[in-house]
Amino acid sequence: MSDRLTVTVDGERTTAVPGQTVAALLIGLGRRSWRTTRGAGRPRGIFCGIGVCFDCLVVVNGESDVRACRRRVADGDEIRVQHGAENPS
Amino acid sequence: MTANPSVTIVGAGPAGLAAARAATAAGARVRLIDAEPAPGGQYLRGDALGVQEDGRSAPDLPGEVEHFPDTEVWALEPLSGGGARLHLRTGPADGSAGAGVAAPDDGPRASVDRAVPHHAVRTIDAPVLVLATGAHDRVLPFPGWDLPGVVTAGAAQALAKSQRTAIGNTAVVAGTGPFLLPVARSLHGVGARVAAVLEANAPVSGWLRDPAGTAAGAGKLGELAGHTAALARHRVPYRTRTAVIAAHGDGALEAVTTARLDPDWRPLPGTEHTIAADALCLGFGFTPRLELAIAAGCATTGGFVLVDAAQATSTHGVFAAGEPTGIGGAALAAAEGEVAGTAAARAAGHRVAPPLSALRRVRTGRRFAAALSAAHPVRSGWKEWPKDDTVVCRCEEVPLRDLRAAARSAPGGRAFKLASRAGLGLCQGRICGRNTADLIGLTHDDARRFDRRPIAVPIRLGDLAGDT
Repeated sequence: MSDRLTVTVDGERTTAVPGQTVAALLIGLGRRSWRTTRGAGRPRGIFCGIGVCFDCLVVVNGESDVRACRRRVADGDEIRVQHGAENPS
Repeated sequence: MTANPSVTIVGAGPAGLAAARAATAAGARVRLIDAEPAPGGQYLRGDALGVQEDGRSAPDLPGEVEHFPDTEVWALEPLSGGGARLHLRTGPADGSAGAGVAAPDDGPRASVDRAVPHHAVRTIDAPVLVLATGAHDRVLPFPGWDLPGVVTAGAAQALAKSQRTAIGNTAVVAGTGPFLLPVARSLHGVGARVAAVLEANAPVSGWLRDPAGTAAGAGKLGELAGHTAALARHRVPYRTRTAVIAAHGDGALEAVTTARLDPDWRPLPGTEHTIAADALCLGFGFTPRLELAIAAGCATTGGFVLVDAAQATSTHGVFAAGEPTGIGGAALAAAEGEVAGTAAARAAGHRVAPPLSALRRVRTGRRFAAALSAAHPVRSGWKEWPKDDTVVCRCEEVPLRDLRAAARSAPGGRAFKLASRAGLGLCQGRICGRNTADLIGLTHDDARRFDRRPIAVPIRLGDLAGDT
């Protein structure tokens, strides 16, 4: 296992630690929201933190509706914000 | 016995771990299914950063236990002979088979191995099953509670304990119950400034009402006294009968409005204060995770799974332990888990000794839990906190005004859910169900609809196709 993982967040290259969740990575980068709601386009970020509320959804490697609080970062992940309802891949 | 493991446990928190140890000690083959990469659940959650494959900081499991990490039970069907059939999904959270694998034309880092390891969808039969599915924080709605930066106390705790991450620079911790104290301490531990801890009840007088029940939890009280002393050292203000009744910010939390409460939790006019904060961590007790027990056909009472002295549910072959049978904390959950694991091993045909010490700890633990919930109830005055345009169902963005309109046009039951859309989003009413039921005044039976979730976890269509 390498010490550092290299990933991109909205196209910007950054590093993560093995075991880190996508949510912790984003919060560490100063992000507070990374999704907009389907209806009113409200910003949302982490809420329940344990996989229950489905508020912290993010797109990872092109796949939408990934819970950022539960997903562990993997080397090479491409992470980006989710706008409203994105078509499931 | 056959080669099949004889006892299956869902949930590797304090209850599931104790059940696994007890069933193993009684000679049962045990498989332990858990959504997290390492055992421990929320309470025993270890530091996940830099942890090797063997889960260095995680609690120990007996070597014989077959541990299914990163595995969610997305559906459960009762088996006619007892127990249940479990539909499992294993792999990185919310990834589907094949997703995450770099395409050949994916640019310069295509050589990086991004294959999702161990992704599998499968079905297993569990004739003897222990459900130790835990609970999640309850949060009450008020204007601004859906702003980014407003989180559950459990979220702040999980980020601090397992990710060494502070949810914000300046945090307010609010709600009711003893859990607020360790959360405030954890926040301080990862470098956040805790501007205030706000307890909506007046717990000291609450405790004094049930001295016997309080004495039953002397160990727990000592732990809480430790947290209180630590917060006092750090000069964190602790206020009782006080709540956050509004959160403000442009796109994310910037400040909260607090107010003193009357004994019924109605805000007292003229007592409002503003505190600048970029994090608000809320906990109003816990909501048990009941969907698997309900899918298994287990009877419930008062919002919890009904169990006998052996932790057996009303469904043959299905046992339950921990928060789903009543909110009581980790020590009680572990005692119930030990009883459930022993009883499950017996149901699987093993000779067992009665777990007398665990049974005793269950009895005292439940007395303490009763005293705890009497000191930290959710009082009805909270229903004055949300305004007409306050979102109650976060997933479907349903404001209070629309809930009331739906209740007028489709009173009660399924029609209300469909008309309002509350509870029909991805969280399936886990966050808003009890609040909606309270706000609208649903009957007990109608309120229970929010706990019925035939699909326990959303699953991708591609995974459904692969379920064999």
